[in-house]
Amino acid sequence: MTDDRALVFARIREALQTPRPLHGHYDGLPGPAPAENGKGYAAWLPRVEDTPSGRLLAFRERSELLKTELVVATRAGLAGTVQALQQRHGWKSAAWHRTRLTETAAGAAGLPLLSTDQAYETAALERVDASFTGCDALVAQTGSVLLTTRSAGGRALSILPPHHVVFAEASQLIADLPAAMRLLRERYGNDLPSMICLETGPSRTGDIERILVLGAHGPKKLTVVLVE
Amino acid sequence: MPALASVFQRDSAAYRRRGETRAFIRRALRGYEQKRDENKARFQDWQAARDAAAAIKHEAIEHLDRCLPEFIEKIEARGVKVFVAANGVRAKDYIIGVIRRHGAKSIVKSKSMTGEEIHLAQALEGEGFEVVESDLGEFIVQLRHEAPFHIVFPAMHLKRDEISRLFEEKLGSAPTDSPEELTMIARRAIRQKYCEADIGISGVNFAVAETGAIAMCTNEGNGRLTTSLPRVHIALMGIEKLVPRMDDLALLLPMLATAGSGQHLTCYNTILSGPRQPGEPDGPEEFHLVIMDNARTTLLADAQQRDALQCIRCGACLNVCPVYKNVGGHAYGTTYPGPIGSVITPHLRGLQSWKHLSGASSLCGACTDACPVKIDLHHHLLHNRRNAVRQHKTWWELLLFQGFGWVAADARRFALAGWIGRLAQPLHALVAGTPLDPLKPWTRFRALPEPPPYAFRDWWKERRGAEGGAHD
Repeated sequence: MTDDRALVFARIREALQTPRPLHGHYDGLPGPAPAENGKGYAAWLPRVEDTPSGRLLAFRERSELLKTELVVATRAGLAGTVQALQQRHGWKSAAWHRTRLTETAAGAAGLPLLSTDQAYETAALERVDASFTGCDALVAQTGSVLLTTRSAGGRALSILPPHHVVFAEASQLIADLPAAMRLLRERYGNDLPSMICLETGPSRTGDIERILVLGAHGPKKLTVVLVE
Repeated sequence: MPALASVFQRDSAAYRRRGETRAFIRRALRGYEQKRDENKARFQDWQAARDAAAAIKHEAIEHLDRCLPEFIEKIEARGVKVFVAANGVRAKDYIIGVIRRHGAKSIVKSKSMTGEEIHLAQALEGEGFEVVESDLGEFIVQLRHEAPFHIVFPAMHLKRDEISRLFEEKLGSAPTDSPEELTMIARRAIRQKYCEADIGISGVNFAVAETGAIAMCTNEGNGRLTTSLPRVHIALMGIEKLVPRMDDLALLLPMLATAGSGQHLTCYNTILSGPRQPGEPDGPEEFHLVIMDNARTTLLADAQQRDALQCIRCGACLNVCPVYKNVGGHAYGTTYPGPIGSVITPHLRGLQSWKHLSGASSLCGACTDACPVKIDLHHHLLHNRRNAVRQHKTWWELLLFQGFGWVAADARRFALAGWIGRLAQPLHALVAGTPLDPLKPWTRFRALPEPPPYAFRDWWKERRGAEGGAHD
């Protein structure tokens, strides 16, 4: 089935023949968008102090509002932290993909594990209690986890199980959204992973009487383990 | 009066009588406004951010002839199958074709206003496919066979007990008055569908020309699941969804969330740039992107109102609109209610049939102030009124205004008319409110001002006389 692109492109070209007039009560047409790699936008977005402690403070504050559980661990204490989390949340099984940090976590948990590094069954992934993934970065400004198919073990691992546990190095905590876009460009260039997501807190809905309910379709819980 | 206008009058009058629902919606919108203001205040400069957001969308729309082909070329290079559709019928035919070719039975769908615009779910159900709306609000209104009440909060007009009864009847669940329990009932019902569905259909919030990627914002995670599990992903977008650069998302994503739902950022902001790539463990084998015109180029051709294509469908203009609050989302009878709907529907579906929506406005401008991309909404309502009259003149209005022009062009004629008016107005009291009253549509809701005892001109003449012609 050939599509209508020739027709639609022609309609667009014809429509744009008429220049847009100045209108209404505005001073004029908006100028060109700031194109300096998005750095211009940072000046208008919420302020974040771009130091390690400033970023951590902002991320902690956002996490509390979003109801994300933030756990700061040392590298040596990571195994113990994971065991404590497992007890608190009562995980009986988990799924994971291999990164330096998730490897330690998966070893410490001592649970039946499903890996998405190889082919896996969707139905089996749906039954696990938690998923352990890495990420590309944590965004202090918004409390988001920046993840991609490559940094978080594909598409389903971080969204299907009811509890998503993200492991990140302290050095992965970046200031704001423009920095996140820069990071993507620098890391992946023109070879973007097919899915990139800014995961901002556990899944939520307010569709019934605008009352917040966590765990609409995605994970009911989101834990970020920050390793210093 | 055209049929659609009287339907609008009837439905909005019916909604006005539902005081309890109106109060309930007002309360919900007040909650939204409070959250929105909190998050707006976190921006270092919300007004400058609006200017920049308007500039980004302006650039994309004004250069659509470059941006759209660039976007298509880039995303096709990523293995996405693009279909450009001139209208809704072509879009639906293509989508049905893809589904048939895969022998698919069950489809899971996340929210798409463009899909609502062409009644996609109903069309697919008509073809015998099972379609599940996965957004909770959309799921609820789908079970009720009803249109969304709002473009961001589809089921905001329903109370928990109505939803509980609906779930009881359609899903066989136990009654409950807990929104959390109701959400879990829907979660369980839809979960299974995700794992079984062959096709996932999603909407698009932004399309990035530079990289050939689409961005999609959901809170529930249904967008992520819809595009992760089924083996085919079909996304549907209008040609106006473009932004030039990936960096632009850094500004537009938080602005959409703040203006749209009073959040700082939507829970899942997902950027998709293809089907499963080599080395990725999962994801759809095929990704079809349908890019639809459906009369958007008509709006593009109207240079004066072209900025309405900058709309990012946040719904902020609905939330602040006194008309929306008083007539409700259903009375409009359009896919897009509220100010933005009143502005664009005449372009999408015919000015003469839909001009009444532009008349139903107080022109207070709250919508224009709320718009994160600075669409000049309330002036466009005026433009629609003007264009409707230009296109379709009414003989008696023409006569009236020509007559007024003739009277007003001459001082003596104007004075005479004023004198007759002052004499005649007391007579109006005799017929006021009766079927004989020629001004009834006006006086039904408004009182005529008291006739002044003398004209301004007489008063001025007298005053000048008293001052002994000091100004001469």
